[in-house]
Amino acid sequence: MATKQVNPTRMELTRLKKKLATATKGHKLLKDKRDELMRQFLDMVKVNKQLREKVEKAIGEANKNFVLASASMSNETLAAAMLAPKQEVLLSVSSKNIMSVEVPEYKINYRTPDTNDMFCYGLAFTSCDLDDAVSSLSSILPDMLKLAEVEKSCQLMADEIEKTRRRVNALEHVMIPETKASIRYISMKLDENERATQTRLMKVKDMMLKEAHGY
Amino acid sequence: MYRVAVLGDKESIYGFAALGLDVYFVTENDDAEVTFKKITQSDYAVIYITEQLAATLSDEIAKFAYKPSPAIVQIPGVIGNTGKGMENVRKSVEKAVGSDIIFND
Repeated sequence: MATKQVNPTRMELTRLKKKLATATKGHKLLKDKRDELMRQFLDMVKVNKQLREKVEKAIGEANKNFVLASASMSNETLAAAMLAPKQEVLLSVSSKNIMSVEVPEYKINYRTPDTNDMFCYGLAFTSCDLDDAVSSLSSILPDMLKLAEVEKSCQLMADEIEKTRRRVNALEHVMIPETKASIRYISMKLDENERATQTRLMKVKDMMLKEAHGY
Repeated sequence: MYRVAVLGDKESIYGFAALGLDVYFVTENDDAEVTFKKITQSDYAVIYITEQLAATLSDEIAKFAYKPSPAIVQIPGVIGNTGKGMENVRKSVEKAVGSDIIFND
C-alpha cells in the first residue's frame, strides 16, 4: 500500500516512472560525489592535522622567545620597536573548485621583497631574543597561511559532505522506496480494474446470449 | 588585495606586527565582540585569533565556519596550547565522516 495518496491513472503512472528514473540517476550521481568528496576530504584533513601540529609547535617556540625578549626589555622599548612595521603582507585570493565546493587559495605578496625588512627596529636597544622570535615567526608564516587555506577547505568540504550525505540518504531511504510503492500501487490498481472490466464484459455477454437464444 | 588580521592579547600577538600583519590587541575585559565584528566586515581574508580569546567568542566564530570568507584560524597564545584548534579539526572530521577516524590513535 502506498504511503501517499495517489490517483491510480495511467498519466500518474508515467509521471511516477519518470520521477523514479530521475531519482535513481540523481542518487547514483550524488553517491559518487559523496565518495569522491570524502576521499579528497580525508587527504586534506591529514594535511590539516600535520600543518596544525607544525604551526602550533612553531608558534609555541616563538612565544617562548617573545617572553624572553619582553623580560629583558622594557615595555616601552618593545612597543616602540613594533610601532612601525616596514613589511606588509597582502594576500591575493583565488578560489579552486573541488567537486562543486569553492575553496579559497591564498597567495602571499610582500610589500617589499627584502626578507630583512621584518626587523623594523633599531638593533641597539632591543634584545637579540626579539630577533629570534621575529625570525621564527616569519619562517612559519607561509605555513600559517597554508593552514588557514587547508582548514577553511576542510570546514567547507565537511559541510558539503554532510549536505550531500543527507540528500543521498533522503533519496535512498525515502524518495525512491515511496515512488516505487506508489508505482506498484497504481499498476496493481490498474490491473485490478482491467480484470473487473473483463469479468463484467463476460457477464454481460452471458446475459445477452441468454436473452437471444434462451440458454 | 586582502590583508591578514591577528586578534588576541598583547603578549601573544605583538610579534606578528613585525611581519606586516594587522594586529588588534584585545583583552577579555574589552569588548572583543565589537572588534571582532568590525574586523570580519573589513577586507581581511584570514583572521588569526588566540585560542583563549576564541573561547569567549565561539558563537561569533561559528557563524563564519561555513562561509567561504574570511577564514578564522585559532592559534595558541602565550599562555600555552589549549588544544582548541586541533579540536576544531576533529569536529569537522566528525561532521563529515560521522565519527572520528583520524584522531583516535
